[in-house]
Amino acid sequence: MIAPPLIELADVSRIYGMGETEVRALDHADLTIRRGEFVAIMGPSGSGKSTAMNMIGLLDRPSSGRYLFNGVEVQDLDRDSRALLRRHFLGFVFQGFNLLPRTSALENVELPLIYKGVARAERIARARAALHKVGLDGREDHDSSQLSGGQQQRVAIARALVGEPMVILADEPTGNLDSHRSHEIMKLLQELNRTDGITIVMVTHEDEIAAYAGRLVNFADGKITRDEPVPERPPERSAERTLQGTGA
Amino acid sequence: MIWETVRLALLALRRNKLRSALTMLGIVIGVAAVIAMVTVGQGSSRSVTASVESLGTNVLSLRPGTRGFGPSGSQPARPFNLRDAEALADLSVIARVSPSLSSGQTVVAGGENLSTSITGATSGYLEVGGWTVLRGRGFNSAEDRSGAAVCIIGDSIRQSLFRTTDPVGQRIRVGAITCEVIGLLQAKGAGTFGQDQDDVILMPIRTVQRRLVGSDDVNSISLALLPDVSATRGAREIEALMLDRRRITAGEENDFNIMDRAQIAQVLTGINSVLTGMLSSVAAVSLLVGGIGIMNIMLVSVTERTREIGIRLAIGAESRQVLTQFLVEAVVLSLVGGIIGVIVGLALAFGASIFMAIPFAPQVYVVILAFGFSALIGVIFGYFPARKAARLDPIDALRHE
Repeated sequence: MIAPPLIELADVSRIYGMGETEVRALDHADLTIRRGEFVAIMGPSGSGKSTAMNMIGLLDRPSSGRYLFNGVEVQDLDRDSRALLRRHFLGFVFQGFNLLPRTSALENVELPLIYKGVARAERIARARAALHKVGLDGREDHDSSQLSGGQQQRVAIARALVGEPMVILADEPTGNLDSHRSHEIMKLLQELNRTDGITIVMVTHEDEIAAYAGRLVNFADGKITRDEPVPERPPERSAERTLQGTGA
Repeated sequence: MIWETVRLALLALRRNKLRSALTMLGIVIGVAAVIAMVTVGQGSSRSVTASVESLGTNVLSLRPGTRGFGPSGSQPARPFNLRDAEALADLSVIARVSPSLSSGQTVVAGGENLSTSITGATSGYLEVGGWTVLRGRGFNSAEDRSGAAVCIIGDSIRQSLFRTTDPVGQRIRVGAITCEVIGLLQAKGAGTFGQDQDDVILMPIRTVQRRLVGSDDVNSISLALLPDVSATRGAREIEALMLDRRRITAGEENDFNIMDRAQIAQVLTGINSVLTGMLSSVAAVSLLVGGIGIMNIMLVSVTERTREIGIRLAIGAESRQVLTQFLVEAVVLSLVGGIIGVIVGLALAFGASIFMAIPFAPQVYVVILAFGFSALIGVIFGYFPARKAARLDPIDALRHE
């Protein structure tokens, strides 16, 4: 049985600037992501992959084309409506973790629930549960300066999943981590995808990281140049060795 | 949601304690300055008003010498005498006449001694000067005429000479004579010019003339006018009589002057309120500067926290919520600054009122006004930075270094 489409970009273009200096970051791109998929987006810088992520994440609007989220057209929504959609259906994980400074792990994870209007007691319970899920029991009161990079990214993942999103958007989630931590984070994301059925869209430039996904989409010059399933996962040990060998 | 927003704002402020404190300082100083100025100003106005009332209403005073506060003429002016006082008492505009004669003396009682000025007076002095006898009695007419060795003392003299013992019936040595204390005056406090009005010993004027000074002189005559007589008309009639009695012809300069002390006090009150107004405006400017300080810090804060704002927007904060958060932060800063400022200002004013010996006169309306104004400053100067934060593009904000 094929899952229904969750994200559909149809003939989407994104143009920056006007006239002579016009830049087509996305050029008539079509992309459909189904519920429960784990998609890795790759491509050189300037290929349009970040623009595509911002588009999918409802942070940006297409200059032309249509975007259907869960079957609903969202390309023309205003700023605050898009904020509401992000609040209720999307979770974000960034390369630089982007935790609030001088704020405890628990309070960071609570943040989306505050905007959702969840009552304090329930908020704390759900934030604790999310931290438990990412393996950070006992670190609730640590702030980001007291946590390692891997732990910070776990807090960020907890923050992304605490609102029970349909999609987690991960922008180079392992870009600032060593290979060991990278694989831990990827296993965590993979587990969220497999056991919780959360759709994950991830940008990466490392093949070994992309190998955790189920599908690989390549961008070049604002167009999708390749879109295929990831054939098989390489054995973990060899993957780690390769990463360490390249000094990543 | 608004309470959550307030909580978020408080959390954000707590994360930057030092900066929050420094930002508040501007408002604290501004509010404290306004409160202190107005409170002290009100206190000193009240003190002037009180001393005007303590002078007695509608009282003129007649003194030898030329008019004005400056040095009088080179020739010592002729003093008055008791016959002048009697003649003035016959004028139709006059209610009471109170001639007096001062003389510096050393006073001894028990083990204590002090130098003070003895005022020779008649029974009319208390009424004209607005004095009340707290214990004992005033002079009777026999004592007025005879020059008896009796005296009435002010509260400061009682404190210096008798401390806690009841002075009435005690004996004190004044210069060469011993007199019995027959009365104690109710305390009046500081006068219009800050002098201690309770540093006073009254004796019958004849006693002072004969037994302390050795002359018939009177060096000042206070005159209470009848209630329906204006100070101007009273002064005109008094002047006419005195010109005649002292044989001063037209063209010659007066060798006496008539002062309406109530009028002078009113002028002083006026000057006082103008000064208070001016100082308060200067203080208000510092409140404005404090507000600009808040705006400055909030702008820096928005720039510095661009990434944080990006995170909040990405997570699903609406523009309005970001705006409210930053606005609430600014208002909280200025309100807390305002509260501290009110407390500091009142404390300063309280200290000043003790130091200057004026009443402590906190004004509820000024406290409310300063408080409301500081909240308003928070909203006005917080709005621009908050709007800047709310309008950030989440993508740019997240990329911000």
